Amino acid sequence: MNMLAFAVAAWIFCVGVYGAIVSRNLIHLALCLTVTQSSTYVLLLAIGYKHHAGAPIFKGVKLGTPAVDPVVQSLTLTDIVVSVTVIALVLALALDVHEESGTIDPDELTGMSG
Amino acid sequence: MSWALPLPVAIPLLAAALLVVIDHVTSRRVHAAIAIAATAAATGFSVLVLVAAEGHVVLHWFGGWHPGGGVALGIAFAADPLGAGMAALAGVLSLFALVYSWTYMREESGSFDVLVLTFTGAMAGFALTGDIFNMFVWFELMGVSAYALAGFKVRELGPLQGAVNFAITNTLAAYMILTGIALLYARTGALNLAQIGRDLAGHPPDRLVVVSLTLLFAGLLVKAAIVPFHFWLADAHASAPAPVCVLFSGVMVELGIFFVARLYWTVFEGPLHVHAVPMRDVLVGLGVLTMLVGAFMCFLQRHLKRLLAYSTIAHAGLMLAGIALLDPKSLAGVADLVAAHAFLKGGLFLACGLVLRQLRHIDELRLRGLGRQTPATGVLWFAGAVGLLGVPYVGSFAGHALIDDGGIAGGYGWLPTVAMVATAVCSGAMLRAGARVFLGWGAADDPILSDEPEEKAPAREASVRLMTGVTALMIALGLIASVVPGLVQRTETGAQRFADRAAYTARVLHGTPVPLPPRPPVIVESSTAASLEYGVGALLVALAVAALGLWHGRLPRAVGARAGRFLGPPVAILRAGHSGIVGDYLLWITAGTVVIGGVWAFTLAQS
Repeated sequence: MNMLAFAVAAWIFCVGVYGAIVSRNLIHLALCLTVTQSSTYVLLLAIGYKHHAGAPIFKGVKLGTPAVDPVVQSLTLTDIVVSVTVIALVLALALDVHEESGTIDPDELTGMSG
Repeated sequence: MSWALPLPVAIPLLAAALLVVIDHVTSRRVHAAIAIAATAAATGFSVLVLVAAEGHVVLHWFGGWHPGGGVALGIAFAADPLGAGMAALAGVLSLFALVYSWTYMREESGSFDVLVLTFTGAMAGFALTGDIFNMFVWFELMGVSAYALAGFKVRELGPLQGAVNFAITNTLAAYMILTGIALLYARTGALNLAQIGRDLAGHPPDRLVVVSLTLLFAGLLVKAAIVPFHFWLADAHASAPAPVCVLFSGVMVELGIFFVARLYWTVFEGPLHVHAVPMRDVLVGLGVLTMLVGAFMCFLQRHLKRLLAYSTIAHAGLMLAGIALLDPKSLAGVADLVAAHAFLKGGLFLACGLVLRQLRHIDELRLRGLGRQTPATGVLWFAGAVGLLGVPYVGSFAGHALIDDGGIAGGYGWLPTVAMVATAVCSGAMLRAGARVFLGWGAADDPILSDEPEEKAPAREASVRLMTGVTALMIALGLIASVVPGLVQRTETGAQRFADRAAYTARVLHGTPVPLPPRPPVIVESSTAASLEYGVGALLVALAVAALGLWHGRLPRAVGARAGRFLGPPVAILRAGHSGIVGDYLLWITAGTVVIGGVWAFTLAQS
């Protein structure tokens, strides 16, 4: 069961990277990066998951009640916040590129080769 | 000194927030002054921490979450001499960049200062942190500010392309790092570097450890611009404003290498030190490949900033090779090299800004002979190029010498020769460009150099006197780096501390005081004869390379044709590889990671 979650995370990571490599559109490329990033959510949550355990809220709960790991959940939240900034910036750059060159195909932006 | 530890991060970040709030109220001058004052204060506190860290590792547990019974739940900053030194270096370079920008970036909006401040704070946090997830957060913050700075001139296509390539490749790197962190957490349940290292030690490395090692190192090597992860660097450097390049080349790239060393000595040394040979071989191999590719590409450039960018790649390769030797002495050599390189390369980038301001171009061939009007800039350019060579007791020599000795002692007797040739080719290319621009020597056209888009020149109001002063100060500091009495001895003590995992772990998790090292003598030691020979050799090779670059058209036709047939295919392949297309860069990163991971999986994994 746990291996399935790891396999899913690895699959999502690879799919996102593949999409980013072959992408012909900067906005599509940014979304592929978010796909790659969502693999880290799956991985983190799977690491902290425990069978038959509740949410890590301890108010009014008997001491010793099993709960899933709250650390990975906060890592996931931090990850979301940090990465939203990055993706927003990439999208803003894509808009500027479109304004300056009339295209958002990264394969046509070859002014910097060699 | 624990109270001062968060300040190198907190002051720039708070100042950045303040500048955003007062954006429309005050003038650009006030903004710049606040930014400079905040950076100066942050640098001062970094230096304070550095001095204290020479005695023992300085710790700050945020929110008072001290570890109990050897288990750390809180997040810590843990400053040792090398980490605090990197934070101080980031502060000093930002200070230079901001003062230089006082007039250079005047047309731009106030957000320039804000971005430099967040960048500075993030770099300091990255250098000081003792927590692996915290490191990821600083990595991303550093990244976001850097992408925005690279693409700061949003009305030019070049900077936008550079920023897009930079942002996308480094974002993939961040996700690889995060995956590696998650795997380590799955194994150890810890995020504190010392605690992860303690829990991994004593077990042979299994597949999970090798996969997370590969992902973490590959992600950091993207930031460190190591072949085949380096492609973004030239694009970002060629297009970013000169003062920003100082920070990129001088400290950001080096921080990637720094954290590779940090991770090895705190986390992976335990499980891997018995089987370190395959790891060493792979990392030294990557370093050497990076040196050669960087040097070769450097020689082919005519865009001055792009030329310097490829030379940074070559130097990053040397730094990685020095770290990969896995002995404290070479590590100290890398630290010395980082310090000298930061000031010299930073000074050279600032000289590019001066060229752009005074002569309105940045292309070597278009500038041919124009530089005769600006002799001061020319002198600075030549001084920087010679300083990077490792000529005995000048500039980056001390670092070169220690890495050379470490290479010979570590069984890589050929490493110093490769390092000598690579740095000599880079400096030779700079000397060639300098001779063509400032002396008017050499042919007016050269088909082997690659044409790149020009950069828009800054306003004519930018004060040449201020810019020259800042550049000269930087180059002068870089040139004397090898003869500062006691500096080499202090970095050696610091490196020994850096590499002592047991002492670090005991200090971080249990607060055990570290025995004070004997105070290092304040002297300049004489170097080994071998390193002196390599230094002189580098100078001779560089002069030959420069002459070849200027006058290769005058070679006899038979020689030229034969050289063309011999060198043509590799040049064409390298050119085609540096395609400027971000999808290709991502493919290189993926393939490189898979290959490195594959090699390590077969040689390191023990289950």
